Amino acid sequence: MDIIAEIPKEEYILKCTSACAGCSDSLSLRYVLKAAGPDTVLVVPACCTSVIQGIYPNTAFNVPVYNIAFGAAAACASGMSNAFRAAGKKTNVIVYAGDGGTLDIGIQAMSGAFERGTDFLYICYDNEAYGNTGMQRSSGTPLGARTTTTPAGKTDAKKDIDAIAAAHDLPYQATACAAYPQDLFKKVQKALAFRGPSFIHILAPCPPGWRYSTEKSVEMGKLAVKSGMWVLYEREYGKLSIGAQSKVAMKKPIPLEDYLKPQGRFKGIDPKTVEILKQRIAKNFAKLAAEEAAS
Amino acid sequence: MKKIATGNKAVAEAVKQAAPTVVAAYPITPQTEVVEQVAEFVSSGELKSRYIAVESEHSAMAACIGASITGIRTFTATSSHGLLYMHEMTNWAAGARLPIVMANVNRSLGPGWNIWAEHTDALQERDTGWLQVYVSTVQEAYDAMLMAFRIAEHNDVLLPVMVNLDGFLLSHIMQPLDTVDLGDFIPPIHLPHAIDVKNPAGYGCLTGPDQQFRFRWDIERSIRDSVKVIEETEKEFAKRFGRKYGFTEDYQCADAEVVIVALGTLGKEAEVAVDLLRNEGIKAGSMRMRWLRPFPTLDLKGRQVVVIDRDYSFGRGGILATEIVAQTREPVFSVIAGLGGQEVTYEDIAGFVRNRRIGEEFWFGVNSNV
Repeated sequence: MDIIAEIPKEEYILKCTSACAGCSDSLSLRYVLKAAGPDTVLVVPACCTSVIQGIYPNTAFNVPVYNIAFGAAAACASGMSNAFRAAGKKTNVIVYAGDGGTLDIGIQAMSGAFERGTDFLYICYDNEAYGNTGMQRSSGTPLGARTTTTPAGKTDAKKDIDAIAAAHDLPYQATACAAYPQDLFKKVQKALAFRGPSFIHILAPCPPGWRYSTEKSVEMGKLAVKSGMWVLYEREYGKLSIGAQSKVAMKKPIPLEDYLKPQGRFKGIDPKTVEILKQRIAKNFAKLAAEEAAS
Repeated sequence: MKKIATGNKAVAEAVKQAAPTVVAAYPITPQTEVVEQVAEFVSSGELKSRYIAVESEHSAMAACIGASITGIRTFTATSSHGLLYMHEMTNWAAGARLPIVMANVNRSLGPGWNIWAEHTDALQERDTGWLQVYVSTVQEAYDAMLMAFRIAEHNDVLLPVMVNLDGFLLSHIMQPLDTVDLGDFIPPIHLPHAIDVKNPAGYGCLTGPDQQFRFRWDIERSIRDSVKVIEETEKEFAKRFGRKYGFTEDYQCADAEVVIVALGTLGKEAEVAVDLLRNEGIKAGSMRMRWLRPFPTLDLKGRQVVVIDRDYSFGRGGILATEIVAQTREPVFSVIAGLGGQEVTYEDIAGFVRNRRIGEEFWFGVNSNV
């Protein structure tokens, strides 16, 4: 299924959000909503997006936004989707949640909603820590990254939420990155064309959290993909296709140090940890290549 | 139509007739029969609802919230730990002004694992902004459920309603049930703040202190307004279907010198105790509290009061007794009885009245002399 990316001019993220400079959560959401269009409701658990939308009685988002408690987004979306479908409405129900609300506190509700075949799109924008509360570790924080609760660097690996999502046999799932908006736009359109649950996991570089300068969010996303720390792919009914950018990286990744060095969160990272990260990248590449070849 | 049913089946029967568009629920003893029966009605096509078999009670309430905000009718049922697991979302439902109706089958809280009747589960939800009604018969469970939808969805209320029935003592007891031809008793739902994609709005956004304070006051104002709506609804119910209800069910209270106050089936049992006491020449009466939120004004002037709590607030006292002491200057004897499903007979209740020690608290089966 080919979708030509004609990105609409309509804006659903209006000016004057309360996002930090260089925020790729709001950058991603801008393209998500352009792809989804006006017949859309966002369900947002506690996360940076709760803040970015602005303070009551104002909102900077031009679609209805239902804010809900931290662990409840997918369950809330379940009810909403069922209610809309019962009323014969095709309104897109999109959860837009951070890594904390997805990989940690919201994972049960998300798994339940997937298992029940809920007709909705779950998007996790992943800045690899609890950004809203000042960068505490989440299970999405990569090995070796410093956060306010892992001051010496995280000693555990990043949770593989994509494998967990894949285990639910979703009609459609994808990874994306704020640095590749056209790819993201296409994937959101595609996801919404499927009936049933779909999942998109977006890497969202975060200047204050990752400690790099604010103009470098797009660059940081590209370095993540080029180094293999992030892999762009999609699965349609279980069939895996790796994105062109990641295929390039699989053939010849840039040195991981190029990605780690500009980020304050990896400052002073132990060479052994860097080696483990490199091994994990190679292992992940091999696993995905084998899956693609077999599917 | 007359039939014989359990309390749980009566709840399910009312749900079938009120026909919520979405039901999201998770099973828990002793509520299970409610969700099984509703699922059966959905499966057979007798009830045209979407039944979302969620993976937890937290998700049950979250799903009801997500469904309700689209402007449709919703229902869930739970008990005990299920209700406590929902607690974050019960607050959300009330704060979001959603007329969700829930049946709660009262059960004690662990540890230990005890599945029998106690009111502490619902009373821990006392301050959430939900309206709470406690029933004492199978018929009343059915009637209160039907009225709950009408009250919750009334535009002067727009708050969730919890219908409480005692685990096993009522949920699993068979009694006669007279079902009604509902007609238009529950008008179609109209939620003024329902999501409209043509008029996008933010719900539950970041809110400053001044606005948040106003939202809190709006909940209180609506709970106060609900008094009139409850009275009107009960009056209309009596007019159409012949069964009268009020904030309390008073029995032999007119000349009573001592009044027994209790919730649920204990309050019904107290009526038999009143008959016993009257035969002995003790001018007793029973005032069974039906509504806990909004809290009714009780006519206790000039009487002694025996409050029986099937619940407790550790470090303070029986929850109902504490609330009644806050409302009246009349002397109160506080009895703690029936926790964890402890059996309390009308003979026991008569004993509480005969041997009342005004101003004291008595734990039935633990303290002696009553």
